[in-house]
Amino acid sequence: MKSGSRLERTLEAGQFAFTGELGPPQGANVDHVRKKASYLKGIVDAVNITDNQTAVVRMSSWGAGLIAIQEGLEPNYQMVCRDRNRIAIQSDILGAYAHGIRNMLCLSGDHQQFGNHPLTKGVFDIDSIQLIGLVKRMRDEKKFLSGDEIDGAPQMLIGAAENPFAEPFEWRVYRLAKKVEAGADFIQTQCIYDMKMFREWVKQANDMGLTEKVHILAGITPLKSGGMARYMAKNVSGIIIPDEVIDRIVQAKKPAEEGIQFCVEQIEELKEMKGVHGVHLMAIEWEHKVPEIAERAKLLPRPQV
Amino acid sequence: MIVAERKPLDEIKEMIKTFKKVLNVGCGGCTSICFTGGQREVGQLNEDLENALKQEGKMLRPDGFTIERQCNGDFYPELDEIANDYDAILSMACGAGVQFLADRYPSKPVFPALNTTFVGIDRDIGWFEENCRTCRECVLGETAGICPITRCAKSLFNGPCGGTSRDGKCEVSKDTPCAWFEIFKRLKEQNRLENILKIKPAREWRNQTRGTMVHEDYQERYAK
Repeated sequence: MKSGSRLERTLEAGQFAFTGELGPPQGANVDHVRKKASYLKGIVDAVNITDNQTAVVRMSSWGAGLIAIQEGLEPNYQMVCRDRNRIAIQSDILGAYAHGIRNMLCLSGDHQQFGNHPLTKGVFDIDSIQLIGLVKRMRDEKKFLSGDEIDGAPQMLIGAAENPFAEPFEWRVYRLAKKVEAGADFIQTQCIYDMKMFREWVKQANDMGLTEKVHILAGITPLKSGGMARYMAKNVSGIIIPDEVIDRIVQAKKPAEEGIQFCVEQIEELKEMKGVHGVHLMAIEWEHKVPEIAERAKLLPRPQV
Repeated sequence: MIVAERKPLDEIKEMIKTFKKVLNVGCGGCTSICFTGGQREVGQLNEDLENALKQEGKMLRPDGFTIERQCNGDFYPELDEIANDYDAILSMACGAGVQFLADRYPSKPVFPALNTTFVGIDRDIGWFEENCRTCRECVLGETAGICPITRCAKSLFNGPCGGTSRDGKCEVSKDTPCAWFEIFKRLKEQNRLENILKIKPAREWRNQTRGTMVHEDYQERYAK
């Protein structure tokens, strides 16, 4: 075992993993975190705590992660390279690990221009692939990036993101290969709406032997309404929603229910897909629906590992 | 070339309005080439300032004087003869030129009339694009002549992020090509994709302290 986290034990046991997501509040509102956590407890194996997503200032990922631990959840600590240099990155990892955080997701981060401080100075001292290598080095070699010895090396399970739906499509599996080579233990993908395209990407990963080296968790975000489907398809770079999916939600009598039904069908399909080892459910500001989705997708009860 | 743009007129006006005699010094180097700080632009700015100040009831028209390059002492002797006649000096050079000028006349208040924007190229007449961040460790040989530090919004080193759009544009702006999309395309055409398949390790940022460089032919001349 690398970190011994519940997520790692679940994956190593060959169980189909199920992770969720919790976006911290724009403030120090602890009850906000506790409430969102209450919907996920006992339902997910680990919960991603986002790091100032879309570059909007929020409670720190590690801070909200500690509250999640108090609430009985295992956090997957997201860290972006946008806001901190290699000194702060390594320091934050030590602090997070010291307080019991055992999983990390290494990201470059949304550009600051999208957030509420658009003219701040973006750091990007290192990129997400270099961050993966840095965490692995701290864990396995017990050394900082500088080469100095670490007194108490953090043993993190290392996660990374991958988006099979962004150009250049042909490049995406190679980027996955780079992340695996850098040291990623698991991958959480961008949300999938085009299953055919995802299947093709997983096949490439299978053919290259990558899915034997890394655990792939397929990203899913339920569509709440036709408006949301249209908006995401049009405005969010790197997300592809086929017209037939948009039509299905738009034409449904109860779009939210249809969105959940579509999401449940996707999970059922992913469970059977060779090379896919779990699902990462990003129910954005819809955390209370996660238990219902998990139940209907027959992901409960979670295996005790 | 260094590209610069003129500061808003009000900002320049506020800097100089308390002085009686102001000299506006143009630069015949980069800022002249990008139509921002040469002889012609010195004349234009002086006229604009005179008109703007007149509306406030102030009679002040800066004099103009353009030297070939503000970043080299060899071009200063003529300016040295007249500089003392003024209370303040406005510079239409890049930030490097403004500082050279200020160092030369340390008793004079010196003000920048321009914002230095970037190291760039002429895309077309009057259309400039940033292409170099002077990072001191050039990787263009690996990246098909396209700089990821300058042209990728996140200065990524290991390929495109997940935000590249269907038509190969950056998530930050639909008008900006994704640098890594372009790098991938060009390397593929050149059959050199292996360049970016290997992991590029964390960079050593060598431009975080002020640079000084003595050309190797002159090492002896400046030896201490």
